[in-house]
Amino acid sequence: MELTGAQILLECLKREGVDVIFGYPGGAVIDIYDELPKHPIQHILVRHEQGAIHAADGYARASGKTGCCLVTSGPGATNTVTGIATAYMDSIPVVIITGQVPTPLIGNDAFQEVDIVGITRSCTKHNYLVKDIKDLALTIRRAFYLAHTGRPGPVLVDLPKDIMQAKIKFVWPDDEAIKMRSYNPNIKPNKRQLQKIIELVKKAQRPVIYAGGGVISSNAAEDLTWLARKLHIPVTATLMGLGCFPADDPLWLGMLGMHGTFTANKAIQDSDLILALGARFDDRVTGKIAEFAPKAKLVHIDIDPTSIQKNVAVHVPMVADMGLALAEMRAIVESDLGAFDFVSAHEPWVKTTIDWDLEHPIKYTPPKKGEAVKPQYVVEKIYELTKGKAIIATEVGQNQMWAAQFYGFQAPRTFLSSGGLGTMGYGFPAAIGAQMAFPDQLVIDIAGDGSIQMNIQELATAVCYNLPVKIIILNNGFLGMVRQWQELFYKKNYCSTCMEAQPDFVKLAEAYGAAGFRVTRSRDVEKVLKEAFAIKKTVIVDVRVAQEENVYPMVPAGKSLGEMLLV
Amino acid sequence: MEGKRHVLSILVENEPGVLSRVAGLFSGRGFNIESLNVGPTLDRGMSIMTITTFGDEQIIEQIVKQLRKLVTTIKVVDLTEHISVEREMVLLKVNAEDSRRAEILRIVDIFRCKVVDVSPEELTIEATGDRGKISAIFSMLQRFGIKEIARTGTVALKRSLQD
Repeated sequence: MELTGAQILLECLKREGVDVIFGYPGGAVIDIYDELPKHPIQHILVRHEQGAIHAADGYARASGKTGCCLVTSGPGATNTVTGIATAYMDSIPVVIITGQVPTPLIGNDAFQEVDIVGITRSCTKHNYLVKDIKDLALTIRRAFYLAHTGRPGPVLVDLPKDIMQAKIKFVWPDDEAIKMRSYNPNIKPNKRQLQKIIELVKKAQRPVIYAGGGVISSNAAEDLTWLARKLHIPVTATLMGLGCFPADDPLWLGMLGMHGTFTANKAIQDSDLILALGARFDDRVTGKIAEFAPKAKLVHIDIDPTSIQKNVAVHVPMVADMGLALAEMRAIVESDLGAFDFVSAHEPWVKTTIDWDLEHPIKYTPPKKGEAVKPQYVVEKIYELTKGKAIIATEVGQNQMWAAQFYGFQAPRTFLSSGGLGTMGYGFPAAIGAQMAFPDQLVIDIAGDGSIQMNIQELATAVCYNLPVKIIILNNGFLGMVRQWQELFYKKNYCSTCMEAQPDFVKLAEAYGAAGFRVTRSRDVEKVLKEAFAIKKTVIVDVRVAQEENVYPMVPAGKSLGEMLLV
Repeated sequence: MEGKRHVLSILVENEPGVLSRVAGLFSGRGFNIESLNVGPTLDRGMSIMTITTFGDEQIIEQIVKQLRKLVTTIKVVDLTEHISVEREMVLLKVNAEDSRRAEILRIVDIFRCKVVDVSPEELTIEATGDRGKISAIFSMLQRFGIKEIARTGTVALKRSLQD
């Protein structure tokens, strides 16, 4: 039987396991929307296309599946670009379907035409313009295959309207058909290199594991935790790696980098062996490259060859899927158990790191009587009340760093944050995506008053689908992180960072049909959070926090990790 | 341009947009292209690009890895690491008044170039060769006044016999 392009697309999405798609209709995709109700795919109507792509991204990060979004041509497509770049920087598997003007009109500056394939070429893993209905099914299959294999990433498929309307006999391309001679990611770990790494661990006196988002995306957190404990190696992680190792374990050093803990940064600088796992030596992590970990031998395992030797010289490089590499390493260690006493070998070093943590814990100055609520206290309370079991999305800025520092992440895929791109407005739609993936889980967006206003319109989406996302605004009336830089490095010239005209967030929540709370005193924080978490609806908690509170520790840009500003 | 010159031979899928993916990779990451040449191969499904670029070892390693990472790239070879043959074709339009014409034709002969167009004031010359030869022809013809040039950019292949 012949199917239209729109029917073929939806049939392919169903077979790829897509059960929810985030989208926004328009002229170029009406044919798909016309077919949608006949398919077992739930469509979530967002209020802005940026919301659709971030929600698909949040869904992917939380669930481990490939996220999917559908938007129209022209402005619909361009509105997704920030979200595509966000997913690209953080290696998140998302397939973006964009409508396009009919093929005869392409290149004519037709109404709502834009060259989205050209625009997104540098921020997608790959992208396609389907010019013949014969290629449609294969293209969709390849898009999903590319999105989740190798180093994951966003793949965009641009579909002209006439392709949606054309008809052809549907043939589901088999696994053989989707293979490409030009795409063969190297995923197999090299066993001899792994043995070499274990030998290095045996010789090391001050080893550190530096884990990144790759550990989470390859579902390797369990093996990492097992190995760190067996080899008795302290663990630090990047922002993207939070949750790959339980924060209540004595081996946990906290996050490293610009706003990392004293212990993690000190451990890296003093270490004699660093195992960099699925991390890419981002400048926010390394500080001044020339002075990064001066005494350490570096082992780097990553799925992406371009990440290796990019910023720092590596002694043992290995291109492999982190899941396979750590499983293999675990097997080697298991078969070799008893041959070497890792605990005795590394115990003095572990003790040193614990002492550092006691001397310089992550902390803040509690408010004096009558002073405003401290934002760190709010995050601590969220952690205490949820026992680390919630899914935490964040916006970007101080709120994000306080969440990273003061919430003890226990499990992978519980922390959703725009790491590479630092996209304000990411957290709330991402939380919506996560809540779609896990309807019964507590999903919290830790927000700032600036960031939340970037995609606040998605309140309508959350309310419409009864998604009980909790938005906790750490409201300091400033674009806090920029203000902090202005204070420290620009002589307090607070140019354009004060958000003078604020909406009443409580009334705003109520206007959308959500619940709103305001907190102005520390003693009310716990009570209101409890109440907010108990309500089965979308909630905004507007917490008025200290205006000029800073994120510490801080490694100023261009300085080494050893040059931290502390509280 | 800084660093050593490298000639990269890049085999890619013959698909729309491949050229801009490769060129965009260079511009987007701040790498320089000295010349870029592209054409089909014996297999019509593939194209071969020859790109000459400059950079230190670390930059070239990044360029090669980034090129390999493109989904449409089949193979990347840095020909600088091998013995290879390089050629470029140049068309030069040279001032050629009667009094100087014989001299120009002698140079054309010595360099085994071809005259492909003639007019009372100009000669258009086709020159083919490696970089050294092309630059020698340039310097020899410069004094007559070169009015226009068109260059193909380097094409290169690995030599069959390697030590």
